[in-house]
Amino acid sequence: MSSRKPSGRSTLHYVIIAPMPLTIQEVEQIAKLARLELTGEEKARYREQLSAILEHVAKLQTLDTDKIPPTASIFSGDSHLRRDEPRLGLPREELLKNAPEQEKGQFKIPPVFE
Amino acid sequence: MPSLSSLTLTESQTLLQRGEISSRELVSACLERISALDGTIHAFLHIDAEGALKQADEADRKRRTIDDGQSMPLLGLPIAIKDVLTVEGMPCTCGSKILEGYIPPFTATVVKKLQAAGVIVIGKTNTDEFAMGSSTENSAYGVTRNPWDTSRVPGGSSGGSAAAVAAEFVPAALGTDTGGSVRQPASFCGVTGLKPTYGRSSRYGLVAYGSSLDVVGAFGRSAQDVASVFSVYNGRDPLDATTQDVPAANISIEAGAGSSLAGIRIGVPKEYFIAGFQPEVEEKVRAAIQKMEELGAEIREVSLPHTAYALPVYYLIAPAEASANLARFDGVRYGPRVSGETMWDVFTKTRGEKFGDEVTRRIMLGTYALSAGYYDAFYGQAQKARTLIKRDFEQVFRAVDAVACPVAPTTAFKIGAHSDDPLAMYLEDVFTLPANLAGVPGLAFPVGFDAAGLPVGMQLMGRHFNEATLFKLAHAYQQATDWHVKRPTMGDGP
Repeated sequence: MSSRKPSGRSTLHYVIIAPMPLTIQEVEQIAKLARLELTGEEKARYREQLSAILEHVAKLQTLDTDKIPPTASIFSGDSHLRRDEPRLGLPREELLKNAPEQEKGQFKIPPVFE
Repeated sequence: MPSLSSLTLTESQTLLQRGEISSRELVSACLERISALDGTIHAFLHIDAEGALKQADEADRKRRTIDDGQSMPLLGLPIAIKDVLTVEGMPCTCGSKILEGYIPPFTATVVKKLQAAGVIVIGKTNTDEFAMGSSTENSAYGVTRNPWDTSRVPGGSSGGSAAAVAAEFVPAALGTDTGGSVRQPASFCGVTGLKPTYGRSSRYGLVAYGSSLDVVGAFGRSAQDVASVFSVYNGRDPLDATTQDVPAANISIEAGAGSSLAGIRIGVPKEYFIAGFQPEVEEKVRAAIQKMEELGAEIREVSLPHTAYALPVYYLIAPAEASANLARFDGVRYGPRVSGETMWDVFTKTRGEKFGDEVTRRIMLGTYALSAGYYDAFYGQAQKARTLIKRDFEQVFRAVDAVACPVAPTTAFKIGAHSDDPLAMYLEDVFTLPANLAGVPGLAFPVGFDAAGLPVGMQLMGRHFNEATLFKLAHAYQQATDWHVKRPTMGDGP
């Protein structure tokens, strides 16, 4: 990775604070939040890969941003809403066409509560 | 006689308007070349040959009833669309198993605008799954091969569109660019590719990846061709509240015009010429900058001091936004469903099984960065660092009109070269990410070849909404050089 850092021509210096590698329990918690079912092999692999990526991105924490406002979007607060006038949407049948399961003009899902 | 498919968009446009060729002949030539060579390249995920020929006949009929090309400037010209943009009635997979079989009931605004100008959509092109990747290897439907060397990647994520234009399957194509996904494949495939200003064109009908970064871009075989396509599809859309209220760009480049660059100041950012990248890339890019100086441009060294932070900023912000955007894929409204006892089982099983590795990785990374206890340290800090990157560009664009730098640290790499190391793949994007974070436009085009015969690309970045200056520079360069007219040798295609 060091070859990708700026050369001597740059004045940047990093102090990389390596976070602790993720535990399997943390990987399971993230997967649960993201509604992803993972196999044991996947958990082990993502644990290793995500830990390496997090270690890399952690160098941001060395940047002094105390007085810097966040940028959520380049032209934030400048969205242009159209007039709130009713207009026809797509017909129900069109929108249901791609559903894996439907009944009585509605999307069908298994029970929400066990 | 070479195939009509080898003509540029502008050349075909002229011949069509003069009545020297028909749209049917042009579209047939493209379809023949695709059928002969796309078995090897795999640029397309879907081809609508029948529909394209029917539209070509309609275009030929329509041409007799319109007097000039003004109302329908692109009448009868075939293009390809990256498979993350919807075209009514054509499958849209986003390169993912989770959208297998999905037929969108509506057309993206950018495609509608092109169709209104007379364009014929010939098919949908391959992409890294949900546009996440830099090689098109992350497509669930197989890799696209680089027309210059089929053992190499075309770049990504819009690799199918770039390869389709380089292989002379179509004169132009649409792609999308969230962190370099138009510019890097344009560079790897030796074509011209534009990433417009954020908010410049509609994203209605674009399957969202990173909403504060995504833009629709275009590929062509010259700056002039890309400018023609961009001029048609950009502009405000009431269906996309993030499109900005600025006059639509209508960039007309006359052949032969604009070869003097006197009065244009080009900045060369020292942070983009770093140790450890392919020496031939630096050599060719510096030679191109010198050529622009000979054409009259003023060259200055500039500094974008927070460049090195763009990679970590991007790989926190884009996955965070992706983790929210991709929550909609749950096996309920579209795509296949993996059955389960409860609704929650359906969600986790469908997503676990149907999302590929890179998408899963980014959803997890984004979920982590947004989760309680880590939000401030990761996502919040990335948003603040993004402000510093944006300010770097504001500062530089007070002194210069454009910035010139490489597109990627290397030319096209071998298929499989980064397959076990996602972080190494992310580093491919190091020179393209800043433009997305700052929202500025970027234009990539070929400036030479390395010793292996692979194209080297240069990138120009400009002020918000000033794509016109980038086109002027690239066009003047292309009038003075012939790198952009060189094409790969590809076996026995028509």
